[in-house]
Amino acid sequence: MTTTPLSSNLQPSISDRTSSRPDALGRFGRFGGKYVPETLMPALSELESAFQQYWHDPEFQQELRGLLRDYVGRPSPLYFAERLTACYSRSDGTGVEIYLKREDLNHTGAHKINNSLGQVLLARRMGKQRIIAETGAGQHGVATATVCARFGLSCVIYMGVHDMERQALNVFRMRLMGAEVRPVEAGTGTLKDATSEAIRDWVTNVETTHYILGSVAGPHPYPMIVREFQTIIGQETRAQCLEKWGGLPDILLACVGGGSNAIGLFNEFIDEPSVRLIGIEAAGEGVMSERHAATLTQGRIGVLHGAMSYLLQDEDGQVVEAHSISAGLDYPGVGPEHSYLKDLGRAEYYSVTDQQALDAFQQISQLEGIIPALETAHAIAYLETLCPQLTGNPRIVINCSGRGDKDVQTVAKRLAL
Amino acid sequence: MISVSQCFERLRDRGQCALIPFLTAGDPDLETTAKALYLLDQKGADLIELGVPYSDPLADGPVIQAAATRALHRGVRLDHVLEMVQGIAPTLRSPIILFTYYNPILNRGVDVFLQKLATAGVKGLVVPDLPLEEADGLLKPALDYGIEVTLLVAPTTPKERIATIAQQSQGFIYLVSITGVTGIRAQMEERVQDLLIDLRSVTDKPIGVGFGISQTDHARQVMEWGADAAIVGSAFVKRLAAGSPAEGLREIGTFCHHLKAAITEA
Repeated sequence: MTTTPLSSNLQPSISDRTSSRPDALGRFGRFGGKYVPETLMPALSELESAFQQYWHDPEFQQELRGLLRDYVGRPSPLYFAERLTACYSRSDGTGVEIYLKREDLNHTGAHKINNSLGQVLLARRMGKQRIIAETGAGQHGVATATVCARFGLSCVIYMGVHDMERQALNVFRMRLMGAEVRPVEAGTGTLKDATSEAIRDWVTNVETTHYILGSVAGPHPYPMIVREFQTIIGQETRAQCLEKWGGLPDILLACVGGGSNAIGLFNEFIDEPSVRLIGIEAAGEGVMSERHAATLTQGRIGVLHGAMSYLLQDEDGQVVEAHSISAGLDYPGVGPEHSYLKDLGRAEYYSVTDQQALDAFQQISQLEGIIPALETAHAIAYLETLCPQLTGNPRIVINCSGRGDKDVQTVAKRLAL
Repeated sequence: MISVSQCFERLRDRGQCALIPFLTAGDPDLETTAKALYLLDQKGADLIELGVPYSDPLADGPVIQAAATRALHRGVRLDHVLEMVQGIAPTLRSPIILFTYYNPILNRGVDVFLQKLATAGVKGLVVPDLPLEEADGLLKPALDYGIEVTLLVAPTTPKERIATIAQQSQGFIYLVSITGVTGIRAQMEERVQDLLIDLRSVTDKPIGVGFGISQTDHARQVMEWGADAAIVGSAFVKRLAAGSPAEGLREIGTFCHHLKAAITEA
């Protein structure tokens, strides 16, 4: 077994990459930018300044680190998935080693709280008393409702009516913690429409309100801010790999809707050329079916929700409806940095179908006793394709981005157990 | 056909405030939109803003969102809108200003898009999700096609930024009167008057006030505060969509006439 040499030290540190990527206009190559109504431009500048100021403020970092440890429960474990590994071992006993970065064990059950917590600390310092957010699967809504309850801030969550139905448990959790969940009926009643409505609210109430955007999408500086708050995933992973085998992982695997859990895992390793970065999108009923959410593999360059990125759109430039069994991946856009990494060839993006994700959902439940979120199940499902292509004994780290409690009703409708 | 700037020059010579009605193209259908354009032109409109229906209209409130959704469901596409404009524009005194989000422009390619607009006889362009920082790639080529791209100023825009936007904006400056999306509001915010003063101190260009002007009193108010144009959107879109197309046309004709009267000093 080869050990990949180390190129940086063990201790997680504040990333300096914010100075180089994105550029001053919020561009990742041609992607990103700020395509928003003028009303929001000063607020985006204010947010960027506040972030730059507090991100480098030891007191802010201390408060954030303390809460991540004591409130969120970090660091999340890097777990060796022994039976899943055995499932993909060759007849001679060699093969991949599969590790799960257990973001599902965080408070509220997903990686989303890393960002919500960071942004709420920023909002408090900016003097904003009202918080809004969009949510798809409800995990970001729950994380935001949670931190608002923790800090006594008023909280409004926009959620598509279709998602409210398939994620009823999360709607209840948000309301229980005192958030107002506003149903969005426009379009397909999913994440895209909820995001548009949240942006309209922000345009209207920008002077009193902070918008906690939940993914590495939206106008600059959101893709950068959310990335930095999620980079703790990759930083811990690096330290944990070092501790377990004294080297780097060989392959990182994560699902991509907007792409925050994937960027959170990847960002720390982008400058480590030996580490393969693989993002998995939702192919829904198949990429040829027109009912999918495979933005990076099937989309064309466009602008949605304030950023230039790959986009599912028709020949007239109208945004088309995405589809995935997983509410968190059901989005026709994708974070601009993913588009950049794809064009650069630094990260690879593939897709798996609803059915493949359902199979993986059951597989890992039965092999490891871990019920993953349907979003996460997409990343796991790609092992079926990936593992037979690999040689040697590569170590794969999958971002186990969320737990599946919220999805059991959806899955129960599809599975006869 | 005169340009947006020329239109404002003539109005200024006559000491008049312009009326700019807005319609969503294709709601309830393009034939009615064409009739509506002709009617508004007859009933006192000085320029007309025509919205291209878009799937994700971030800057629009419920009335214009719903109109766009209806038009898209009917299959209205950019090419259809421009064909209709090409047919009707030569019969109008009012220059047509197209209001469109950026993605349909990007999707065509800026040059192809501008070429199509010029061919159709469109004179102005407003892109609500293209702020100053992103507008360079459109402002310069647009001039080559004889199309003026108007930038927006919002109540939240800082003073230094107002000056830069005013300098770059073509045709006129679009002053958004509220922090919010388009729609019908009960009254105009007082701070619009201060915003007009701020803007006037940095530019001689005409200033049009829009977002939330829905009554004759509002239009008169912004005129008295010194605006060069009152832009009225949702209130027209809503009237045109209520009842049959014939009833809708009658309604907007009357409304347009009253608005123009309200901003024309006796």
